Amino acid sequence: MLDLHGFGDQLLLGAWVTIQLALCSLVVGLVLGLLGASAKLSNIRPLQWIANLYTTVIRGIPELLTVLIIYFGATSVLMSIASLFGYDEYIEIGPFAAGVTALGLTFGAYATEVFRGALQAIPRGQHEAAIVLGMGARRKFFRIILPQVWRVALPGIGNLFLVLLKDTALVSVVGLEDIMRKANVAVGNTKEPFLFYMVAAFMYLGLTVVSMVVVSYLEKRASRGLVRG
Amino acid sequence: MDLDFSVVIEYFPRLLTGMWTTIELVILSIVLGAIVALPLALARISKNRWISSLPFAYIFFFRGTPLLVQIFLVYYGASQFEAVRESFLWPVLREPFWCAIIAFTLNTSAYTAEIFRGAIQAIPEGEVEACKVVGMTKTQMYRRVLLPRAFGIVLPAYGNEIILMLKASALASTITLLDLTGMARTIIARTYTPIEIFVAAGVIYLAISMVVIYIFRLVEKRQNRYLGSLSIKVPDKG
Repeated sequence: MLDLHGFGDQLLLGAWVTIQLALCSLVVGLVLGLLGASAKLSNIRPLQWIANLYTTVIRGIPELLTVLIIYFGATSVLMSIASLFGYDEYIEIGPFAAGVTALGLTFGAYATEVFRGALQAIPRGQHEAAIVLGMGARRKFFRIILPQVWRVALPGIGNLFLVLLKDTALVSVVGLEDIMRKANVAVGNTKEPFLFYMVAAFMYLGLTVVSMVVVSYLEKRASRGLVRG
Repeated sequence: MDLDFSVVIEYFPRLLTGMWTTIELVILSIVLGAIVALPLALARISKNRWISSLPFAYIFFFRGTPLLVQIFLVYYGASQFEAVRESFLWPVLREPFWCAIIAFTLNTSAYTAEIFRGAIQAIPEGEVEACKVVGMTKTQMYRRVLLPRAFGIVLPAYGNEIILMLKASALASTITLLDLTGMARTIIARTYTPIEIFVAAGVIYLAISMVVIYIFRLVEKRQNRYLGSLSIKVPDKG
């Protein structure tokens, strides 16, 4: 068997941090993606501009740079905002919060495009039918539109999640104690880089496989109402 | 918050030096990646299980693990073995630049192989049959019909892959390379102006992606020119 020199538990702890980071960023990213897609499809020009600027900028710069900008920049931005409200204490955001923000923003930018396509794929008749039934805008969105958007968007969102899962490794650069960081520590102590990075690689591979299984289950579930011809 | 963008002007020449390293990294890895990807893609679509399973495992590993792990495996991992350190490869594997190139090439070749495979499989069956009917050999069929056709189909996805590679190249900074991101980080270590310098680096990355997108639009237009304008002309009712 593999001799991990007692670092096995540490790596598992790191895996738990990686999973938490991925899931939190996913939630933030899904919300941002829905907001972004709604903004792009709205009739309000300034909203469209903001959404376009957001997706262009975030998709055009490296994820690592986003992580670094958020981690090193958010502190001064937050402090200057807080000082407007008369709060002058030192504020610092940790690597986890910075990671969730950066990865959530990245996921949101790509998800915006996926959701936009999905929203446009919902036939007009569905909107009209909901209105005819007397549904309000909010109820129409949550009961009729969103469940269908979910089905159309799932394959795209699933792919984005796999990308997100791998991007979590970047947050180790700013000191988050995830799989990657734990592997670095183990390497520093044991001088066996190949072994520990290979173990880390297979842990990510395992997480990827589990995510793929979950996504395909969700896809099946989401399209259970569809009649296959 | 006081932003002082004069540091950007002061350090702009150094950022540009970093930019050239980034561009070198991207071009070399993309070219080498494509060379590795083509045989991978062809082996992957083989109906023989023994031939197709190896590229499958390769692609699965490199697409399923973070690039950061792959870079560290090449840069730090290879040195674990005495045999590597004493081999003729050591002068190459000791250099962070070549380690980055190796890791990026392996990584992008896995993604590119999948793009190539998709393109080859997207060619209508009828064209393959037509080739066979006119009596082409397999090599002729690939050289004259399938590969040029695949090239046209592949372009949009391939353009995306180059932009992803451009962004991924920022990871070279984690193994001490002074690419655009690495250069930005060294400047910041001296000036303590993270926002200004990182934003400047971000703008340069954006500019490079814009150029890539523009070039690909031109090439796409040229490659797919035989398709003509896509608008369908409806004859007037007489």
